[in-house]
Amino acid sequence: MSKQEWPLYEVFIRSRSGLSHRHAGSVHAADDEMALSNARDTYTRRNEGVSIWVVRSDKIVASDPAETAAFFEPAEDKIYRHPTFYEIPDEVENL
Amino acid sequence: MSGKAVLAAYATRLGDNALVLGQRMIELVAASPELEEELANANFSLDYLGQARMFYTYAGECEGAGRTEDDFAFLRPEHEFRNLLLVEQPNGHFGDSTVRAVLFESWYVLLLDALTRCAAPGIAAIAARAIKEVRYHVRHSSQWLVRLGDGTEESHARVQASLDNLWRYTGEMFVADELDTEMLDAFDGPDLSAIEVQWRQNVAAIVAKATLALPAGQWMASGGKQGRHTEHFGFLLAEMQYLQRAYPGAEW
Repeated sequence: MSKQEWPLYEVFIRSRSGLSHRHAGSVHAADDEMALSNARDTYTRRNEGVSIWVVRSDKIVASDPAETAAFFEPAEDKIYRHPTFYEIPDEVENL
Repeated sequence: MSGKAVLAAYATRLGDNALVLGQRMIELVAASPELEEELANANFSLDYLGQARMFYTYAGECEGAGRTEDDFAFLRPEHEFRNLLLVEQPNGHFGDSTVRAVLFESWYVLLLDALTRCAAPGIAAIAARAIKEVRYHVRHSSQWLVRLGDGTEESHARVQASLDNLWRYTGEMFVADELDTEMLDAFDGPDLSAIEVQWRQNVAAIVAKATLALPAGQWMASGGKQGRHTEHFGFLLAEMQYLQRAYPGAEW
């Protein structure tokens, strides 16, 4: 029998109600149900979460590392997009 | 039997089921087909060990003779263990272990549910904790049964054979002996005939979903509750108890 790797799933866990899900890692699983079980058994053994999302890794659309410059650098020299760029006059009280 | 003696004996039996199945699953550690399944199996076996510890400790308190959890686990001979024959059956292949888990856990979860409402607060408290773990185990093992039964031609045939082989050990789960009856009468314990009806429904549904055939009209093995075990059990105990037998009183 040929050994076929199960598809990879990315695991996102919400540690407390009110917080957003954070990427925790990935698991292999043959189907969606198993992915959820495996994520639970692998990443929440020490009481880490209250909610789990799993999504097949090949369903995630990701930015291309080769295009990092085009994607992210234009934002680097536009410091006026940060609120800290602006000096707040002393007269302004409630901002 | 006095009330305390009933509770001690009953808790010991619950501890035996949990310990023996936990020990069987521990034999599978580092032998799972996938890393994620490995972690799940090890987690589940630790759940069972934890339950066994609670049941034995409680049994020791009810008995009042100063026996600890370790005395129950490591210093009793084969015929004093009162676990079901089903849980001591060898792991076999992955389908065998899966079927064993489905058949036992579908019953155990119903039993624990009934125990959470019994009139023995100590046992009810342990059951309330254990049932959360076992509910998840059933879900996990049932999913695997469906996957294997409804999988390839080979997995279907193999897991059907596992079901046919292990079915004979399900009968004694529902045969109430003296202790079951005393637990029911004195402490409002589980009614095994009601559990049987529910178990048959639940298992039939899982088996149907797995496109497998429910075995019928088989001869049923029994004796586990009376301490008469299958030949596999002695080997399990020999391995599990080796250290305490060879070095009595050894501690971490």
